[in-house]
Amino acid sequence: MNWKRKDLLGIRDLSKEEIVFILDTAESFKEISKREIKKVPTLRGKTVITLFYEPSTRTRTSFEIAAKRLSADTINISSSTSSSTKGESLKDTARNLESMRPDAIVIRHGMPGAPHMLAGILDSSIINGGDGSHEHPTQALLDLFTMRDKKGRIEGLKVAIVGDIAHSRVARSNIFSLKNFGNEVICCGPPTMIPPHIETLGVKVEYDLKKAVKKADVIMMLRIQKERGGTSYIPSTKEYATLYGLTKNHIDMAADDVIVMHPGPMNRGIEIADDVADGPSSVILDQVENGVAVRMAVLYLLIGGEA
Amino acid sequence: MKILIKGGRLIDPKNAIDGRYDVLADGPVIEGISKNIGKVDSRTKIVDASGLIVAPGLIDVHCHLREPGFEYKETIKTGTMAAAAGGFTTIVCMANTNPVNDSRSVTEFIVDRAHAEGVCKVLPCGAITKGLKGEELSEIGEMFQAGIVAISDDGKSVRRAGLLRKALEYAKTFKLPVISHCEDDTLSGGYVHEGLASLLSGLEGVPAIAEEIIVGRDIAIARYVDAPIHLTHISTAGSIEIIERARKTFRKVTCDTCPHYFTLTDKATLTYDTNAKVNPPLRSQEDMDAIKEGLRNGTIDIIATDHAPHEFTSKDVEFDSATSGISGFETAFALALSLVHEGVLDMKGLLRKMTANPAKLLGITSGALAEGAPADLIVFDPDREWTINRNAFISKGKNTPFHAMTVKGKNLFTMVDGKIVHNEL
Repeated sequence: MNWKRKDLLGIRDLSKEEIVFILDTAESFKEISKREIKKVPTLRGKTVITLFYEPSTRTRTSFEIAAKRLSADTINISSSTSSSTKGESLKDTARNLESMRPDAIVIRHGMPGAPHMLAGILDSSIINGGDGSHEHPTQALLDLFTMRDKKGRIEGLKVAIVGDIAHSRVARSNIFSLKNFGNEVICCGPPTMIPPHIETLGVKVEYDLKKAVKKADVIMMLRIQKERGGTSYIPSTKEYATLYGLTKNHIDMAADDVIVMHPGPMNRGIEIADDVADGPSSVILDQVENGVAVRMAVLYLLIGGEA
Repeated sequence: MKILIKGGRLIDPKNAIDGRYDVLADGPVIEGISKNIGKVDSRTKIVDASGLIVAPGLIDVHCHLREPGFEYKETIKTGTMAAAAGGFTTIVCMANTNPVNDSRSVTEFIVDRAHAEGVCKVLPCGAITKGLKGEELSEIGEMFQAGIVAISDDGKSVRRAGLLRKALEYAKTFKLPVISHCEDDTLSGGYVHEGLASLLSGLEGVPAIAEEIIVGRDIAIARYVDAPIHLTHISTAGSIEIIERARKTFRKVTCDTCPHYFTLTDKATLTYDTNAKVNPPLRSQEDMDAIKEGLRNGTIDIIATDHAPHEFTSKDVEFDSATSGISGFETAFALALSLVHEGVLDMKGLLRKMTANPAKLLGITSGALAEGAPADLIVFDPDREWTINRNAFISKGKNTPFHAMTVKGKNLFTMVDGKIVHNEL
């Protein structure tokens, strides 16, 4: 297929065909990271800026490594080092960066729609690296990639997403993409963390973790979004861990070959027990590894020129 | 100078007039209304209104003129010019200026300024509480002497029920309507309506109950102290239901809504258009349908603009950070006329909600056309199609989600106290 998009703002905008096309493209890039010389000249002469207004370890490093392995030049800007501390608006910062002629800007921002605002005014490709509680499209793509890699398919998998659904952009993006593939999705968490009307997206809601994970092929754990007031939705993290912490017992109730995912950063002993995080079902580090390939694919498709 | 408005279809809901009448204004008062005023002296200006509708000037019970303190958003001069263009001859400006209109001196400033520079009549609304802080009553009596026509802490609710009770009781002396902005701030931390759109956009939601809880509370307090209460910019189906039920046993509750609540839904926020950010937020389709039904069956008495002009930069930011509000004077009447075109209201019914009913709430003599009444009137074409262009707004506030929308119906002529203040005829 022909890739036509300038920006990647959300996975809700993407058709199933586009998603599969990105995953297939990522497949061919995965091998590069296993070479002795982990670099190809595909994006030589291109510039990628990561503009992060919220903390990030995985996503920013992953984008930077992805860009570098394709030979693009990368520049990282985080809010503490940017002019936002001097009162410059996001639009002005972005326009100034645009004047230096980058090819892509990866933005993470605490407010939903910030990437959309930039996409409307800049010629550079805008990649949403997470906007508030809204979307985190490359996370959903790497999650799909990992599911397909581990289970051989996406369609037909029963996926339980557990945790602070209301404030999680990872949950939203995954719900949008999985419903696009027709999957059965069960959202589980305390009712205070389940947003109203979520059933209209075609997901099931289950407050009891044991019921939610029953026969699940994929269990996706989320952390409590402390920076979005997540802790005020529960009496204590201790109680949360008691009710919604994933343990070995839950793994035994799920499908025999269940995989456990987590977008990170994970809080061991709260939403996930040590022996599950490090156990045979865990694919958490595979997700991180696949993230590089998926982001290479996204960068390539958006700024790599003619396929 | 005398002005004769000739050949128009005169609609005056208060006096139950609908027919071809000529209207003669002599200075600030209407001299005569009759089927055919033929003989006038040569110095009388004749305005040809044939094929058009002549109505009392519109009255807006809820707007923000931003002066004093926020002159970069709007001034009394630009605001009243915009209002006059939109067909409004009397407007009530809210108290959230800087300083807040919570004392005689600020009220006097606004009144003086309006006399000096205002193009239409400006009636200030005083703050219920000092500094809009919800802690102690403003000097309501002194503000009344200086010219306020209502009290409101618009922008928020009076958080303490006990204090609102005192305000409702205290205002009785002056027969001042208490205008209530209904919002429980323990529920309203968000930026858009909490519903399917907020689920999709990830924007923090404000549930409908944040409004409805206070609608219920304020009616209960008003009923208990037997004082009139006016609930402003009502936006939800639940509020309508509560008001409708309360009305059956307590007649002193009135309410208004604004054009954006019967024109747009929360879908307008899906593109993160900050011009669609307003408080209360644009609601669901179900709420919009209920608002229209409330207008149709009379539960909603008044259409107000909640004209809330803002400077461009305050809207040219992330949705969460943007200011709330819509610049409404120059679009309100056209949007309201769509209710007639859609068959929700007949023309007289619509005009009643923008003339006679607001006049009744405020206890003023405008809002009707009769011999001796104030010569405040408009001439409009209910069928003229035009495209809203924010760059052509007279208001300093270009913040509108209706830019580029084609609407049907346009005010063409506005007279205030016998003076022509807007004329496109």
